[in-house]
Amino acid sequence: MSANTKDNAKISVRGLTMAYGSFVVMRNLDFDIAARDIFIIMGGSGCGKSTLLRHMIGLVEPAAGEVLYEGRNFTRAGEAERDTLRRRFGVMYQSGALWSSLTLAENIAMPIEENTGLSGRALRDLVEYKLSLVGLAGFGEYYPSEMSGGMNKRAGIARAMALDPEILFLDEPGAGLDPLSASRLDDLILRLRDALGSTFVIVTHELHSIMSIGSNSVFLDTSTRTQGAVGPPQQLRSGEKSSAAREFLTRGRGTGSQGTNA
Amino acid sequence: MPDSAPPSAPNARWQDDAGRGRVLALEGDWLEGHQPATLPEAGNAPPEFYDCSGLGRFDSTLAGFLTAMIRASQGGFSQRGEVSLEGLPDGLAQLVRLALTVPEHEEVRQDFHPGNFVSRIGFAISNAMREFTTAADFTGRLIFSFLRLPVGRARFRARDFRLLLEQTGPNALPIVLLISFLIGSILAFVGHAQLALFGASIFVADLVAIAMVREMGALMTGIIMGGRTGAAYAAQLSSMNANEEIDALRTFGFSPFDFLVLPRVLALIITMPILTLFANLAGFIGGMLVAASLGTPPVLFYHEALTVLTTQNSFLGVGKSVFFGAAIAMSGCYFGFHAQRSSEGVGLATTRAVVVSITAIIVINSAFAALFSVLGI
Repeated sequence: MSANTKDNAKISVRGLTMAYGSFVVMRNLDFDIAARDIFIIMGGSGCGKSTLLRHMIGLVEPAAGEVLYEGRNFTRAGEAERDTLRRRFGVMYQSGALWSSLTLAENIAMPIEENTGLSGRALRDLVEYKLSLVGLAGFGEYYPSEMSGGMNKRAGIARAMALDPEILFLDEPGAGLDPLSASRLDDLILRLRDALGSTFVIVTHELHSIMSIGSNSVFLDTSTRTQGAVGPPQQLRSGEKSSAAREFLTRGRGTGSQGTNA
Repeated sequence: MPDSAPPSAPNARWQDDAGRGRVLALEGDWLEGHQPATLPEAGNAPPEFYDCSGLGRFDSTLAGFLTAMIRASQGGFSQRGEVSLEGLPDGLAQLVRLALTVPEHEEVRQDFHPGNFVSRIGFAISNAMREFTTAADFTGRLIFSFLRLPVGRARFRARDFRLLLEQTGPNALPIVLLISFLIGSILAFVGHAQLALFGASIFVADLVAIAMVREMGALMTGIIMGGRTGAAYAAQLSSMNANEEIDALRTFGFSPFDFLVLPRVLALIITMPILTLFANLAGFIGGMLVAASLGTPPVLFYHEALTVLTTQNSFLGVGKSVFFGAAIAMSGCYFGFHAQRSSEGVGLATTRAVVVSITAIIVINSAFAALFSVLGI
C-alpha cells in the first residue's frame, strides 16, 4: 500500500468505492492530497461530493478501498486510533452544524475544554482569537439562530479550527452566500492556509472559488460514476477538449465549437 | 386556427408510406392531457416521419405522448441514438429532443412494487427484524454507557445535565400536579357514587389512596412525561441529526451516545420518582377535597387513608416510575437518533416516540400488575 503512496501525501484515497446498499455512488476513487494543498472536490449536483467527504472523515464506511492519513490507514483503524487521527482534522458542515443550544463562544469552547481541560481566562482568550480569525470577534454571546447563514458558516470554520487541526474539511463553504461574502470567504481560506499552514479539502461547485483558490482537485463524473480527472483546476480547464471536467469548469462551453452553443 | 373553437378529438395512427418509411399521422387538438381513446401500438422502432397535416393545437400533452412512444419503441432508456423527428413543427421537435437527450441513469429509477400479499408480509417481517436489530444495538450501547459512567469515562457536560434535570423536573411539575389533582378528584367522585349506596362512603379514602399510590400517580406522570419529554427528546435529537450537529460531535471525538442519550435517560430516571411522589400527594388532596364536599371531613379521610397506606404500597408506584422514566427517555432518544434527515423525519420521530413510550408504559404497568399479583403484594 505504501508503495503507491506519494511520500509527501497528507491524505491518500485508495480505490475508494462508495455505495448505499447495492446502489454504487462512485467507484475506484484514487488520489493524493499534499500538505498545504487547497484540494477541491467538485462535480455536478448529487454526484457524491459530500458523500466522499463523509467517507474521508469516517462518518460513513466505504464499500471498498481506504483512506490514509500520512500513510496511516484510517479506514482500517480501531476506534482509539481513529480518535487520535480525528484530533488532527476539523470539519465544517454544509449548514455550519453549530450546536444550536450553545452560544457561538460555547460552540468553540466545548471541543477545546473537553479535549485540553483548558478553562477560565485562557479559554476565553483562545475562543475570542478563533472568532476574530473568521471576523466574528464580539459575536461570542450570540446563538446560531440569531445570526445569518454566512456568519454561521464562518463560525463553523472557527469551530473546525478549534483544536488547531492540520487538515480542514469544508463542505460547500460558499453555497448560499452572496458573491461578495463568498469571495471574502475564499480570501479567508487562502489567508488561513498561508498563516497556519493547514491543508484544506473543500467540497464545492462554485466555479469562481474553484478557479481562484484551488491548488489541486478531483472531478467526480456522474456519467461514469468514477473520478473524471485529478489535477489543478486551472489545468483541467485548459485540458483535453472532450473531458467532462473541462466541460464542467467551462460551463459546457469548452466542448465543440467555441461559443456557438452558449 | 382560432383559439376559441372547441377542441377536436386528438388522434394518432400509423400510415404506410413506401417513400418515407414508418409514418405517424397526428390529427386534431392535443390539449390539457387529453390523449386519443385508442393509442397506436408503439412497435419496435420509432417513427421515421410525422405527418402533421391534420394537427390542430397542441401543448406538452403531445410532447409527452411522443416522448413516451419513442422511448417505448426503443425498449426503455438503454438504447438511445438519433431519432428522426422529421415532419414535426419546429417547437415541438425541440421539446421532444430536449426530453430525449436529458441524461438519465436507468438504474436510478426506483421501481418499487409492494407486490402481492406474500411479498408484503416478507417486507414487513424483514423491516421488523431490522428495527429489532437497531433497537437491540441501541439498548446495548446504552448499557455500556451506563457501565462507563461510574468509571468516569462517559463524558457529558454537567451543565447540560443540570438543564435536563430542570426541564424534566421543576418545569414539568405544574402540569403533573394539575392532572393528578383532577384524577384524584375523579376517583373520589366515582367512588363516592358507588360506595354511598352501601353507606360506606368513608372507604372513598381507601380507594383514592390505594389507586393513586399504586397505579394512577405513576401512570399519569408517565403518560404526561411521555407526551412532554419523550416528544421533546425525539424532536431535539432528530433536528440535531438533520442539522449534522450529531456528526459534528462525532468528528470532535465525543461519543454522541454518552453525550446526548446518557444524560437524558439519567435525568428522567431521577426526576420520574420525585414527580410521582408529588403526583400521589396532589391526587390524595384532590380526593380529600371532593370527599369533604360530599360530607366526609378531611381529618376522617386522612386517618382512614393512613390505615391502608403501608410502606410497601407507597413504594410500588414510585418504584415503577423509574422503569417508566427509562422507557420514555429511551424511546425518545431512539427515534430521535434514527430519524430521517428531513423535517418530515423530525415529525415522524416525535410521533413514534410518544406512541411507543405511552404504549411501553402501559405494557410495563401490566407486567408489574401481573408480577405483584403472583407475589401477592
